[in-house]
Amino acid sequence: MADPHELYTFLLRVGDDNLILAQRLGELVSWMPELEEDIAVANVALDHLGQARNVLTYAARMAGPDASEDTLAMERSEREFLNAVLVEQPNGDFGQTMARQLFVDAYQVPFYEALATSSDDTVAGIAAKAVKEARYHLARSSNWVVVLGDGTDESHQRMQAGIDAMWRYTADLFFTDETEEALQQAGILPSFDNIRGTFDDTVSSVLARGLLALPEDPYQRIGGRTGFHTEHLGHLLPDMQALHRANAGASW
Amino acid sequence: MTRTEVDPQARFDEIIEAGEKVEPRDWMPEAYRKTMIRQIAQHAHSEVIGQQPEGNWITRAPSLARKAILIAKVQDEAGHGLYLYSAAETLGVSRHELNEMLHSGRQKYSSIFNYPTLSWADIGAIGWLVDGAAITNQVMLTRTSYGPYSRAMIRICKEESFHQRQGYEIMLALVNGTEQQKAIAQDAFERWWWPSLAMFGPPDDQSTHTEQSQAWGIKLETNDELRQKFVDMTVPQADYLGLTVPDPELRYDEDSGHYHFGEIDWDDFWQVVKGNGPCNRERIAHKTKAWDDGAWVREAALAHAAKQANNSKGAEK
Repeated sequence: MADPHELYTFLLRVGDDNLILAQRLGELVSWMPELEEDIAVANVALDHLGQARNVLTYAARMAGPDASEDTLAMERSEREFLNAVLVEQPNGDFGQTMARQLFVDAYQVPFYEALATSSDDTVAGIAAKAVKEARYHLARSSNWVVVLGDGTDESHQRMQAGIDAMWRYTADLFFTDETEEALQQAGILPSFDNIRGTFDDTVSSVLARGLLALPEDPYQRIGGRTGFHTEHLGHLLPDMQALHRANAGASW
Repeated sequence: MTRTEVDPQARFDEIIEAGEKVEPRDWMPEAYRKTMIRQIAQHAHSEVIGQQPEGNWITRAPSLARKAILIAKVQDEAGHGLYLYSAAETLGVSRHELNEMLHSGRQKYSSIFNYPTLSWADIGAIGWLVDGAAITNQVMLTRTSYGPYSRAMIRICKEESFHQRQGYEIMLALVNGTEQQKAIAQDAFERWWWPSLAMFGPPDDQSTHTEQSQAWGIKLETNDELRQKFVDMTVPQADYLGLTVPDPELRYDEDSGHYHFGEIDWDDFWQVVKGNGPCNRERIAHKTKAWDDGAWVREAALAHAAKQANNSKGAEK
């Protein structure tokens, strides 16, 4: 039997990825290039927010009687968030937004597929629902990356710049430590060995279709899973949390 | 007379007289077409611009449940914009042209969206009051004479009544909350009350479009009738919430069975319509910036589609 604290930490890693990405996507509603894309970005934001709520609600059960999805979202500070640094990166232009989304989607599809086989029924159930959403997110982001890569000279350059800017934050998605290891040994989590390979295959196939390439710079910025974030998260959190924090204990 | 010999104007009049629907393939007077385009486009633009004041609180919603409801609501508004642009396109105008007219100020959107959302309570007040006023108007429009507009309204009304209830629930939570929550609820109510009443348009004796629109079956009730209906519906809700209506003249008239209310500040209303409201410039600047920033994306989509079409032509040869 693994320590409940390990499952809690793992759930925060998953929930925070989705919460922080939903927050970034929420910034984009009404700013997209077409009305259809305003609708799409709201839809994807809602899916990630829904996944975050399911996971954080489950995590809250391990965090004491007063904990809830809202206390976890609104009352933790920067160092306590465990999302991968990729999802906290600013939206940039549409190319950068789509590069970030492609990398998240290419990761989440095999990640949720694996997680759906967890021996923890709640985790497996959440993942089985989420994987369906992740698959159509991937269809959309792949399509846009190809369209922009292939479209005009300007769109090609912008899409490549987006890939170049976001690539260095991708390794953080795959970071695991003794938390996952303990849960795997306890038979709660499945092996994540194949996720990276599937991600690499998906990304290289999409980039090839969009006539795009991965940057040569090998530097990868990791640390989000242990609370060592980029400076961007420290600006996102006050915006998200201020109202809640200014009214301690209030119901909404 | 065979059917082809029927005078088109007479046939149009017959449709209106019988309370039937005018459909895109039917002949219609040019002025009717123009009026419909103006009205549907203004409505579509309002939905699209309406994303901004409410979208302003998506990142700051006080709970995750409220955040999800708000994102879904703003998404619905973009969806309503889409149906309505499609309805307008059946009249022979393109969405692109309508967009240009919005950006250049030749077409308008509802002035209500030129007021700022300053606290979370504004999200409740907009849902409750602004959507409430919109529904009062739109329920009438489900019976309007132009078929595609009427059908779009039926669908939109269902979602709007959902939004209104969600807005009311936000207010209900606030008035049952802390002193500070009660205070922002009252403040938001005071700021949105009069602009919501003004949403129904100028009084009947000053409304330029009402008479012709009624004759064409576009508008089935007058501005003042709709406004009265809204006040009668909303005042008891405000009472239930324990909010004070910011109108010293407000009283229930036993004889008429209606609430009597004070005079709307029409000078203020016309100032906002003319562009001098608190957020007119910001709303259009936001909209045009989003559109201009997205130009390269739309160009890329067209270029990619053209390449795909060429490739498939090549493959057929």
